[in-house]
This record gives sequence, C-alpha cells and structure tokens, in this order.
Amino acid sequence: MSLVNSSAGGVLEPILERYSRNPRHLMQILRETQERLDFIPQWAVDYLAEALALARTQVQAVIDFYAFFYGSSRGKYRILFSDNVTDRMQGNTALLARMLSKFGLAQGQVSGDGLVSIDTTSCTGMCDQGPALLVNNYPVTRLSSQRIDQICELVKSQTPLVEWPSEFFRVEDDIRLKDVLLSTEMAKGQALRRAIELGRQGMLTEMKVSNFRGRGGAGFTTGVKWEACSNAPGETRYVICNADEGEPGTFKDRVLLDSFSERVFEGMTIAGYVIGASKGLVYLRAEYRYMLEKLQATLEARRKANLLGKDILGQKDFDFDIEIHMGAGAYVCGEETALIESLEGKPGRPRIRPPFPVTHGYLGKPTVVNNVETLAKATLIAQNGGAWYRGLGTKLSTGTKLLSISGDCDRPGIYEYPFGVRISKILEDCGARNAMAVQVGGAAGTCLAQHEFGRKIAFEDVATSGALMVFGNNRDMFEVARNFMHFFKHESCGFCTPCRVGTTLMCNILDKIANGKGTAYEMNELTRLHQLLRTASHCGLGQTAGRPVYDTLQKFRPSYDRRLNQKDFEPAFDLDAALAPAREITERDDVDAHLGTHL
Amino acid sequence: MNSENTFIIDGTPIPFEPDQTVLQAALKADVFIPHLCYYPGLRPNGNCKLCTVIINGRHASACTAFARPGIEVENNTPELNDKRRLLLQMLFVEGNHFCPGCEKSGNCQLQALAYELEMMTPHFNHFFPSRKLDTSHPDVFLDMNRCINCCLCVQASCEVDKKNIFAISGRGMAARIVVNTPSGKLGDSNFALSDKAASVCPVGAILPKRGSFSVPIGQRIYDDLPISSQTEFLATRKA
Repeated sequence: MSLVNSSAGGVLEPILERYSRNPRHLMQILRETQERLDFIPQWAVDYLAEALALARTQVQAVIDFYAFFYGSSRGKYRILFSDNVTDRMQGNTALLARMLSKFGLAQGQVSGDGLVSIDTTSCTGMCDQGPALLVNNYPVTRLSSQRIDQICELVKSQTPLVEWPSEFFRVEDDIRLKDVLLSTEMAKGQALRRAIELGRQGMLTEMKVSNFRGRGGAGFTTGVKWEACSNAPGETRYVICNADEGEPGTFKDRVLLDSFSERVFEGMTIAGYVIGASKGLVYLRAEYRYMLEKLQATLEARRKANLLGKDILGQKDFDFDIEIHMGAGAYVCGEETALIESLEGKPGRPRIRPPFPVTHGYLGKPTVVNNVETLAKATLIAQNGGAWYRGLGTKLSTGTKLLSISGDCDRPGIYEYPFGVRISKILEDCGARNAMAVQVGGAAGTCLAQHEFGRKIAFEDVATSGALMVFGNNRDMFEVARNFMHFFKHESCGFCTPCRVGTTLMCNILDKIANGKGTAYEMNELTRLHQLLRTASHCGLGQTAGRPVYDTLQKFRPSYDRRLNQKDFEPAFDLDAALAPAREITERDDVDAHLGTHL
Repeated sequence: MNSENTFIIDGTPIPFEPDQTVLQAALKADVFIPHLCYYPGLRPNGNCKLCTVIINGRHASACTAFARPGIEVENNTPELNDKRRLLLQMLFVEGNHFCPGCEKSGNCQLQALAYELEMMTPHFNHFFPSRKLDTSHPDVFLDMNRCINCCLCVQASCEVDKKNIFAISGRGMAARIVVNTPSGKLGDSNFALSDKAASVCPVGAILPKRGSFSVPIGQRIYDDLPISSQTEFLATRKA
C-alpha cells in the first residue's frame, strides 16, 4: 500500500490495535509506523496523538529524542555507518566517503529523488566484524570497498532489502574463549525447575551466597537487589532485562541474545519467580532489531512449553510472561531510570534518584533492572548453586565475565574469563602484539597504558561492563579520546547543564587542538570541564563523559602536546573561518579570500 | 533546636521540616544556595545544577536531596562557587544573552547569579545559536534566545495552570522548549498572561508585551539587593 492511496487510519489503525491503543507503547507504535512509511509524517503525529490521548508535543518529543525516529523523510534507504573508534580503525571513513561520492551526496543529506541518505551513528555493536553500517536499522557487517559498491548498486536499482545477499547481514558470534557460562549445557527449563525446587527463598539464598554482582557496570549485588525489590511494598512488580547495549566496544549481550536467549529468558523468569513479578520486559537496543522475530519465536516456544504464561511448570499462581520493547537509538537509555522512562513511552531522560527502581520503577512499581549477562548467569547459579559460583573468580568479584574484545588484535570476539584475569593475559590470548593502550569498559571506562597491563579485570581493580578495545602502538590516543567525546556529545540527553553544554565545549576544545590551534591553556580547560561534569552531572553519562579525555591526558600527553601551538594562548575565535559565509556568498575561495595569507 | 530536625550547612545548624529538601530548608533559614530551576510550589526538577552542594562528602543537587538529620552540607566554598560560575558561563554561551538590551535586566535570576558569583566574562566562545522569537501571542513574547531549558514553564503550565502548553523536545544541544499547538505558535494556544507559567521564567524567555521598562532599570528586584540577600523572596514566591 503506498502512502498516496492509503488513508491515515489504514496504516495506523492496525498498529494502534496491535498495541491496544496504549500510550505506554508509543515507542513501538512509532517504530512500526516508520517501518511502514519510512518516516513519521506530521499527519501521523496528529493522528497518533489523538488516538492515544496524548499531547502532540508528547509524541513529537519522543520522535525528536531518539536518533532513529525521523520526523521528515530520510529517504527510502537510510544508511548509517557505525562510527565507533574501532570502525574508524577498520577504515570506515574512506568507505563512507566512497559511498557519498557514488551518490554525490554530503553526509546527512537526502538525495534529491528521496532515495537515500547516508550518515554516521554511534557504535552498532559489530566491532569484532566491522566496519559496519545499518541500512533501515539492519546491520551490514565486514564492509569493504567492494561491498560498498554492491550496496550502492542495490540501492540505485531499488532492490528491496530482503533480496540483498544474505551474507551482507551475517553476524558471527565470534566466541573465542568459553568458561562456565558459554560451555555449560542447559536443557530448556532446567534452571527454572531447579529454582522452583529451591523455592523463592531458597533461590534468593543461593543468589546471595554466590555474592554475584551485576554485569552491567555498576556491580550491585544481584541477590540484594532482588531481595530489596521483593521486600518493597506493593502488589505488582516487574523484571526488566537491560539489553540496551550501547557502550561503544561492547557486543557480548548481542551474542547472548542471539545464541543464548533461552538462558536470558530463563534468568528473567527465575528473577520473576523470586521477586513475585508476573511480567518481564526486555529493552532491546534498536541496533539489534534484526533479532526481534527470532527472539519472539523463542518466547512463543517457551510459552508452548509452559515455561512462560500461566501456572508455569505446574506451579499454581506462578504466572510470568515477557514482552520485548525496541529502543530507538539513545545510549542514555542504558541508564536504568532512563530505560524505564523509555519503556513507559517517553523520552529517555534519567529520573531523579532516589527513589530507586527497586521501590519505584516501571509505572512506579517495584522493579528489578538487570543486565542481559546478569540474568543469563542467574541460570547458572540455579543449576550449580551459589557456593559453587562463589568459588570462581576472586573474593570480591565472583564468577566469570564476558569480554567483547576488538581493535588491534588478531582474534577479536567474545572471551569468557574468571574475574581476576590480568590484562596482559587477555592481550596474549587475543593476539594483540603491539598494544600501546586498552580501553576497558567502553568510552565511559578506563584507558590503561602499557605499564598497567598487569592489572586485573575485577570490581576491585579494573571494573568493566564488558568492552575491551585494543590500540596498537601506531594509534593516536588523542583521536581515540576525540571520537569518544563526540560520541558523548551526540548521546547527551540535554537535561542538565553540565552534560548538555560541557560535552559540546569539550568537543570544541578537542577540535581546536586537532586543528592545530590548541595551546597549553586548553589542557587545563579540559581538566576543569571534566571535573565539573564528573561531579555535577545528573547521571552516569555526564559523570563519565570526560574520562577518556582525562585518562589520555594523564597517560598519553605527547599525543596532545605534539598538536599544540607553542603560544601561551590562541583565541578559539577564528577570524578566517568566520569569513566562510562571505566566501560562500561571493563564490570565492582563492588565496586572497583568506586572511591567513595576509596576517 | 535538637539534632533530630537539624542538619549542618557550612558549620551552621539548619532546622528542617519533614519532606523538605536541603534547598528549601536552607532558604527558609536565610542561607542562600544559588539556583535557577527551582521555584517554590513546583516539583523540584534538578536540571540547572547551580545548587550543586557536597552532602556528607558526595556531590548532590540541593533542590532534589531531602534534608536528613545530621547531614553535613558544604555550600558556600570557593570550589563549589567556581563550579557554579562555570555552569553560569555555560548557560551564557549556550544561548543569546545580551543583558544591556534585555527587558528582564535587573529582574533576571541568571544575571543576578552572574553578579553574585562574580562571573566577569563568559569565558567560552559563544555558540550564537539561531533561535526563534515567537510574537504570535497578543500579550506575551516567547524569546527562545534567552531560554535556559529550566523547564519551569513546562511544570507551571502542567502542575498549576493545568494547560500543558509547554514541553521539552529534542536531545542534547537540540533540547528546547516547544509549544503544544499544531503550528508550534504560542498565539494558537490558550495561554494567558495570568497563567503561572507566564511568571516563573527565571530569565527573559517569556516576557509580557507592553509595559516594558515601566519599572526603570535600577529599581528592579536584584538591582537593590544582591540575590543572596533575598532568600525570603526566593523561598516565599508562590507557584
């Protein structure tokens, strides 16, 4: 059905019906609308606002907040190059330029015929098989010049995505090293049966005995979180699986969801059983849209096997089901309260904490928010017991950790290690021969230099949500930090002053340094801004945004210094650059039209 | 005064009532904490971060942190005021704030705080954003050049006026206040000069038409006394 001959209701009514006209599902309604219409036109905004009894601005605010919702046409083919630093290292810049020139387009521009737009996006979680891009939210991996040329032809011939070669969309697991989680077999329902045998209290005790800590980054003890939630007053509770894996360089949840989803769903069900929830929600990042149908089929099979639904495994009054919600391109939604806002159909702005989600979470009810890996590992604790799990890893960081390894190494992919493993061992295993630096925990993590490679992956030493990017000795750590800073600027939600303005100011300063205009003065400015962001920002995004800059300033100062101007100060205002509009108007760009030659 | 209902700000005991925030209790006790996005009677929002203090060693927003017995709050320290000055500079360069020609001058909380915290220069390069002036309403100008995204108008319109006229849209630097009408124009809404939302703006983004400069510069709220000496006014304004 084309847009011209379809009435508004013809397109939107079936979508609205599917989501019971519930404004809580606004994100899903908008996603499906866009999948049908390529963007969300104003008439759809008006129609949806009325149908859902929302203010127009509430619908518009959601469209404007999420990077993957478009209020105006972005073309029939919307191509977004993943622009993590690992994609850059794999040569995405040249490939992007190649595609732009094939279409004669500028970055972000929509072609005159409305066929295509080409832009960049934050890390798509394909760092082990990049450079990567998304076309209409489906990932194409292992880009090469040849593949770019093929894509250009397919777009020009308007070939539907379903007819593109399937190998373009192949996503490998790249599991390189297995420990207990990835190597233990689990028959469907096995862990859940065991949890039911143990009983709610028994399973909770096992979780607490295991001293298992959440794998999303903050490292809160999972058993304590579950207990706090089950003790919180209220009848209705929720389990949320945070699958908004947006931290640049992280892709372990992708592999867990793609190949171990039974464990993830079973972990959610166990959590639901322990805390007394009857509903679980998976918040799946938009970049993982390609998994949606497969995950829904897995859920359906689990329902048929009585592992979800009513009276699960014959347990009277144990009802639990799982819904999948797609994100729409916002890193900040990895923050649990922003994620909850997003699940409620709103822009993903982090809430004021306290109160915490365990008492006031989804729809104001007690809610457990756990990372994908956390929930998958809960099944392992159910299978083998807390005491067994506690024996793995270190005293303060029990068990194993999945690492997503990418960058300058021979064998990028997923590695499962017991906590306490040294960086040097990891580098040896992944074939990183000339590592100069590793960024642990993604853009918001820690940058380690060679002399720190003896340090260990553990909450008590180098904590990580699971990313490890390797930088060889030919890499420029200033550019790494600049890439991360631009990422944070793009992802800042704009709620609080320090993060909204500070990330932009830090980017401006780094760009000034990159342009050879920086002086020693700028170094102090960067540190001062980082200190403000770290202490005054509303949420973890702003608090960590300056870290990669701060770390590289401490550890890789020469990569900054060699760019610096030897003056004490150089104004950021560039008179010559300010004359650019004048040059454009007069259509002159010769030497005499520039100031630099005369000053 | 016993320790059950007091806490400490910079060594001074401050009494508080149940459910009071640190900022509310401080203002009531005549202790000034710089702030922009807090207004008595509206739900604390916590976005401007000017009221950042250190509570028992940890940074927090005084407007959203609840007063608890015995907590120790650092407020008027050179380190915190330096951070606040930096935040003010951020707000100044982010928007288009030209005090000498602004009708809000003297009544402007942003300007008053800049004087209070001795902000001598904007320090950073101005962003000079291109923002809209909405003159469509018969009684009010909506000048987004001066908006600092404090969201007080959004809240007042929703919580007090029950009209839901304003909202915040966009992300990051693109975050901005929008008007809930199909045209996006204030003139197409049922906004009225008597709305609470018309009077809570701490800067000059929402300005009444006509009557400009009827109170001369020099006789305005913050011309007479610095903002730090007007805690009673700040605490008792009613939303």
